[in-house]
Amino acid sequence: MFKKFLIVICLYSFVLAGCSTTGDSKSDGAATVDDLSGTGTDSSASTSGLPGADAFKGDPLDNPSSPLAVRTIYFEYDSSEIKADDQESILAHGRYLAEHPGTSVSLDGHTDERGSREYNIGLGERRAQSVRRMLLFQGASDQQVEVISYGEEKPVADGHDESSYSQNRRVEIVYKR
Amino acid sequence: MFKNIFLLTLILFSQQVSAVLDIEITGGVIGEHPIAIVPFSWEVKSRAGQMEVSEVVTADLSRTGRFELVPASKFLERPHHGDEINFENWRAVGVESLVVGRVLAGENGQLQVQFQLFDVYKRSSVRDGGPSEPEYKIKQLIGYSLPTSYEDLRRTAHYMSDLIYETLTGDKGVFTTRIAYITADTRAKEKTYELQIADMDGYNAFTVLKSQQPIMSPSWSADARQLAYVTFENKKSQIYVQQVDTGTRKLVSSQKGVNSAPAWSPDGRRLALTLSRDGSLEIYTLDLLSKKLTRLTRNTAIDTEPAWSPDGKTIVFVSDRSGKPQVYRMSAQGGRAERITFQGKYNARPSFSPDGKKITMVHGNSEGFHIAILDVESGVLDVLTDGSLDESPSFAPNGSMILYATAAKRRGILSAVSTDGKVKQRLVLQQGDVREPAWAPYRK
Repeated sequence: MFKKFLIVICLYSFVLAGCSTTGDSKSDGAATVDDLSGTGTDSSASTSGLPGADAFKGDPLDNPSSPLAVRTIYFEYDSSEIKADDQESILAHGRYLAEHPGTSVSLDGHTDERGSREYNIGLGERRAQSVRRMLLFQGASDQQVEVISYGEEKPVADGHDESSYSQNRRVEIVYKR
Repeated sequence: MFKNIFLLTLILFSQQVSAVLDIEITGGVIGEHPIAIVPFSWEVKSRAGQMEVSEVVTADLSRTGRFELVPASKFLERPHHGDEINFENWRAVGVESLVVGRVLAGENGQLQVQFQLFDVYKRSSVRDGGPSEPEYKIKQLIGYSLPTSYEDLRRTAHYMSDLIYETLTGDKGVFTTRIAYITADTRAKEKTYELQIADMDGYNAFTVLKSQQPIMSPSWSADARQLAYVTFENKKSQIYVQQVDTGTRKLVSSQKGVNSAPAWSPDGRRLALTLSRDGSLEIYTLDLLSKKLTRLTRNTAIDTEPAWSPDGKTIVFVSDRSGKPQVYRMSAQGGRAERITFQGKYNARPSFSPDGKKITMVHGNSEGFHIAILDVESGVLDVLTDGSLDESPSFAPNGSMILYATAAKRRGILSAVSTDGKVKQRLVLQQGDVREPAWAPYRK
């Protein structure tokens, strides 16, 4: 389900600005129209860009096509190892924090419901700490990154099956703004 | 001492819960000792507030698995006092022990419960007073007149159960003890978590803490007057200690990172707890008076869920230093830890029996997570339950039963199993999810 969501984001951003655009470019689709026309501003003809075709101009944190849009990292059962697919996003968060020392995040570690609750607090903590280490490696400071383990206490899916469990084994990256 | 028990039913700063836990005996054996409890007469002018005291006593005794409760349909007479009993009528239906009683008007508009317990087969002897003594006086084992009130009538019935149980079995009863547990209502957008305290049969439930954030790991002090627990109400885990009678509480641990798994030392002076302030999760003890912290474990693994032995000398805890969570034992001063569970890939949440000879824990195998009991000396592990998500076991203060949480129909409910695994019962709260039960020790 989560993968589908990513694909949707990617498609959406492809239509708007291209999937690889990460956001802060000043030159964009609208500007190149003039160059192609070659007629300058004195032409009686006027061109206009497609509304909304601009690449993202706000804070990259709000850019749905940025790797920063990924705010939930999922884990295997009884594991705190970060999957290869998630590394790009976590590194991007680390770089963002390094570039924005006034920003801070909370890393909320969660587990599925299996096993004992207090051990799961430990497991949630360990998951959040593995994300934290990657953020610090990219230059985020200790003060910017807070870790909270909720163990199995805050599931997002209520079922007692693997599809719920896999959604619940997660670390949420929560920006404090 | 008896008055003390009743004083504590008025828990100030707490809210009575309307939902009631219903008890359902889900399996087990019929006890061998046939006992009859005759419905008590209600000899008070007004019927308002009338309660069937005998039904409470019947439910209490039946759930121990040690008695055969002879049904009222078999009774040939319904006496309410010893001098009304024809013992032949009870021998005829195979009753060994007989309880009769009545509820009378007491002082100041309150109540008085009188009851007598008889050994139907006990014979007269010279020492008993000779043949001139009325038969019921010879056969009477105990007889009490208990002053009580309308609010306390149910608790008085539990106290009667304790007296009867102790007289007939020689073991201390647990019917006037309490349980604490967490309820969670997570269906609404505003989630509600409550810490509740109820009688051991689930009645008289009171909410002593309510929060929009999770509450975890309630732990009773050895005198049953204080509860330690974990909350997330300030967006981080913190440990509080709350006075059960007054509802006042104190923040005792709010270190950076994890503050969790509080467990009282038997002398009530220290808490064992889990902190991550020095990196990974480690076990510490906190002296509650001096606030001094002592670190007991040093390991990059998860070390958590400490529990004290009843003599206060040993702490068992869970660690995944060998790869999977297993139970370890160390001195309460710290030092070298020794692994004590070897069966199964997952053993956690250990808790000692009152005599220190057994440890109950969550045991995970290929079929799920069950409640197990470890004999400390022999190392033999017995699996007592067959649920898939059983958790948080704790012993009754007389060691006869283990209370735990289990999943049924997509929600958590409380269950109890006799230590021998023979009798199982369910406590079903009408709504929401119930979890993390903790059986209170005897109140001191």
